[in-house]
Amino acid sequence: MSAPSPNPVLEGRTLTKVYRMGDVDVHALRGVDMYLYPGELVVLLGPSGSGKSTLLNILGGLDIPTSGTVVYRDHDLTAADARALTRYRREHVGFVFQFYNLIPSLTARENVALVTEISDDPLAPEEALALVGLDERLDHFPSQLSGGEQQRVAIARAVAKRPDLLLCDEPTGALDYQTGVVVLEVIETVNRELGTTTAVITHNAPVAAMADRVVTLGDGRVTSEVRNAERRSARELRW
Amino acid sequence: MVKALDRKLWRDLLRLRGQMLTIALVVAAGIAAFVTLRGTYTSLQDARAAYYERQRFADVFARLERGPSSLLSSLEQIPGVSRAEGRIAKPAMMPLADVREPLRALVVSERAEGLTTLNQLHLREGRWLWPGRSEEVLLLESFARARQVKPGDRLPVVLNGKKREVRVAGIVMSPEYVFAIAAGDVSPDPERFAVLWMDEEALSATFEMQGAFNSVALALQPGASERAVIDALDRQLEPYGGTGAYGVGKQPSNWAIEGELAQLESMSTVLPVIFLLVASLLVNVVLSRLVHLQRPEIATLKAVGYSDLEVGLHFFELVLVILVLGAGLGLGVGVYFGGVMIDLYEVYFKFPNLAFSLDGKSAALAVLISVGAALLGAFSAVRSVVALPPAEAMQPPRPARYRRSIVDVLGLARAVGPSLHMMVRELERRPFRTVFSAVAIGVSIGLMVIGGWYYDAVRDLVHTSFHEAMREDVTVAFIEARPARAVSELKHTPGVLGAEGLRAVPVRFRSGHAHRDAVLLGYPEGGELRQLRDRYARVAPLPPDGVVLTDVLCDILDVRVGDRVEVDIHAGERGKKSLVVSGTVDEAMGLQGHMTASSLARFLGEPPKVDLALLRVDPDRSEALDARLKDLPYVASVTRRADLLTRFESQSAGMITTMAVIIMLFAATITIGVVYNNARVALALRARDLASLRVLGFTRGEISAILLGEMALQVLLALPIGVWVGDWLVNALASLVDPEQWRMPIIITARSYAIALLVALTAAAVSALLVRRRLDHLDLIGVLKTRE
Repeated sequence: MSAPSPNPVLEGRTLTKVYRMGDVDVHALRGVDMYLYPGELVVLLGPSGSGKSTLLNILGGLDIPTSGTVVYRDHDLTAADARALTRYRREHVGFVFQFYNLIPSLTARENVALVTEISDDPLAPEEALALVGLDERLDHFPSQLSGGEQQRVAIARAVAKRPDLLLCDEPTGALDYQTGVVVLEVIETVNRELGTTTAVITHNAPVAAMADRVVTLGDGRVTSEVRNAERRSARELRW
Repeated sequence: MVKALDRKLWRDLLRLRGQMLTIALVVAAGIAAFVTLRGTYTSLQDARAAYYERQRFADVFARLERGPSSLLSSLEQIPGVSRAEGRIAKPAMMPLADVREPLRALVVSERAEGLTTLNQLHLREGRWLWPGRSEEVLLLESFARARQVKPGDRLPVVLNGKKREVRVAGIVMSPEYVFAIAAGDVSPDPERFAVLWMDEEALSATFEMQGAFNSVALALQPGASERAVIDALDRQLEPYGGTGAYGVGKQPSNWAIEGELAQLESMSTVLPVIFLLVASLLVNVVLSRLVHLQRPEIATLKAVGYSDLEVGLHFFELVLVILVLGAGLGLGVGVYFGGVMIDLYEVYFKFPNLAFSLDGKSAALAVLISVGAALLGAFSAVRSVVALPPAEAMQPPRPARYRRSIVDVLGLARAVGPSLHMMVRELERRPFRTVFSAVAIGVSIGLMVIGGWYYDAVRDLVHTSFHEAMREDVTVAFIEARPARAVSELKHTPGVLGAEGLRAVPVRFRSGHAHRDAVLLGYPEGGELRQLRDRYARVAPLPPDGVVLTDVLCDILDVRVGDRVEVDIHAGERGKKSLVVSGTVDEAMGLQGHMTASSLARFLGEPPKVDLALLRVDPDRSEALDARLKDLPYVASVTRRADLLTRFESQSAGMITTMAVIIMLFAATITIGVVYNNARVALALRARDLASLRVLGFTRGEISAILLGEMALQVLLALPIGVWVGDWLVNALASLVDPEQWRMPIIITARSYAIALLVALTAAAVSALLVRRRLDHLDLIGVLKTRE
């Protein structure tokens, strides 16, 4: 990777991760450097098994690397204990997953309230849901929402705490094209209007056009890094 | 404001309400068992303690032939004695007009109100005796209620051979007759045993006992040695025909209460532990499976910033709800059944204030124990929640690992088919859960066997003691031993088809430092109506010389066949002699010595006598016989075997049935809890597999068979375990009964096993049907859309 610009929000240096799966060792990351700068939207591209999700989990404090360091604004996350990592996720990170991971027994509003109730200065759940265009569906359960709507609830839940980082793992992976575009538009809006540093993992190459920077991973390594001269809007994307 | 996580909790509870409820029922059963048994124990104990203290129940008792009143002051000089009170106690007979047989009674002297300081009576109705009123009596309440006698009524009574009429001045209770059983009876019979208290002067005049007493009660000073006092008392009473003093532990009424309390205390520990252990393991199984199923939700909660502790506590709160539900239900049910048990005990134990009460300490202990049980069960599941790394929780769970099963090893795969093969592999994959489930259901079956055993044991006792051992139709008890020819006289009474006599001498057997008060029985040679029989109703041989002792008595005295045993004779020409133990017999009840009548007469040094006449009677002439017997002044009581049986069965039937039903209900909760929860958990974990089978073309019935077949296999495994557990529990419970009173037969009939197994199978079937309904509504498409 090229030399970092000053003041990244998050720095990951020479990250490796090895998983033990039964009798087999899986090398998910093999020495990755990764930087996230304030306000930017980064797309992490790569095929299945390239290490994208592993990298995102480590950056988001969900997992710890086998070796390497992760620093968030002068806080060394690799030296942090479980309690410190929880605090990091609670205060600074919003997650969006491929399969939404909503709590099925809570309504849309309550799923967002799950997070606002443990945050210091959150958006109101209704406000967050209005941001993603779901102000009419506040009291619906996940089973009563379409895939796209569920994903938008997940985004609302992620941004309601006003996180510094928004990490999205294949947010459109389970959605059709039109719904996927809607979801990407929401992510775009959040990044633009709230200024949240956003990282989006996808295997879908056309999505990269909406990013400020595109980092490609392959076989646990960064294979390329490209800065887009111009960002396309989500609505313009085609796949 | 209700938090979102709390809403999740309540909705999870609602979704899992069936499982939560069944586990709560098991918790409730454990707490209810504890509350019922412990509460009954403490209620009885408290009632007894309060009653004895209020009525100044004595500490030591003794009977003697006759002692001068002046002896009492020297008895009070015995170190450790604070008070000695003498009285007269004599057998009597009551020929009530509306009762065909004469009824047995005991008459005891009583001072005018206020002067009796030990074993004080408790007046329930009417008034105390007035001095000088020789025709007045106080009557024991249990008899008065049974015979609907009120103050002011007149009753006929035969005292010292003379019939007279007495007037009931008052109805009383006595701490000496809480369990009012006549000597020689097997159970209290309030209708047929009366105790009367009469003015001391009047009674002494009737029995020519002026200035004398034949019964004494002592109160001890705090810290005094009961043993030392008894020894000293025996020495002082010996010249006056003392029959051997005994402490409050051996006072007949109190002895019965003690035996009951000991059983209650043991059961109040064992039974609740069983239930709460099962509940604890059920909590573990259900919570573990829930954690497994909610891995993605756990991951999400941790990802959005909930700490490990917060997430762990969230799952523990589920357990708390089960606890609160179970504790509330258990306390309520326990108090209810406690009241039921006290009502049953009131039939036997007559306290003035017996009520079920649950003290705060017992209630708190019950809840604390159940909290501990739940904590134990939840610990490993909650710990796994806390320890689960969020990234790992994101991953779908690894596919379950299966191995070749015993079906493969035995080469039976082709023969059994894939469905049964799947069931066996699934059971083998989770050996702990399989074994635990089978053991838990087995314990449930074992508990139900207890109910059946109790019924079978009592029936066997009745059969052995009444049908087999007593072949006579009517038993006539004499007030005092009569010459053997009294039997011949009765034989010639109209209506009597045959008559034999039986001698029954109260004695004290001694060997070394051990001794026991017992009865020495003398059987007529060639007699058929009463023979020495063991607990299996087999006739035991009676050697011509020596004494055959109950085997429990031999153990207590530590004597064997061929040893000599000392005998203090407490009737007739009293004295101390010795006998050779010529045999032992395994009897169901009591402590006895058995000899031939002639051998006993030689031993006593007197001509042959009888205490009981055993009659075979012509049923068509029984009324005339009864009238004749009622007129005989030396007859204490007349008992019909048929009536005895009917009364005993009707008394015990209520208790037995109630206990059996309560046990069955409680035990069934375990079976339902285990089967239902296992089925629900299995369904949750294998919904995808089962849906896949449906997609492939399996019918609803076929997939039901696979899921429920696993449950059926577990229940089948449980059956032999249940039989073994039942045997073990029965033996354990039988050992709780005081062996000096009863030896409970270890008899479990095939019917008892069958009922236990049937109830367990029914409970399992009901649970299975409830789960089957869910299986029928499996969402095939929805299940297949969720990610692997």
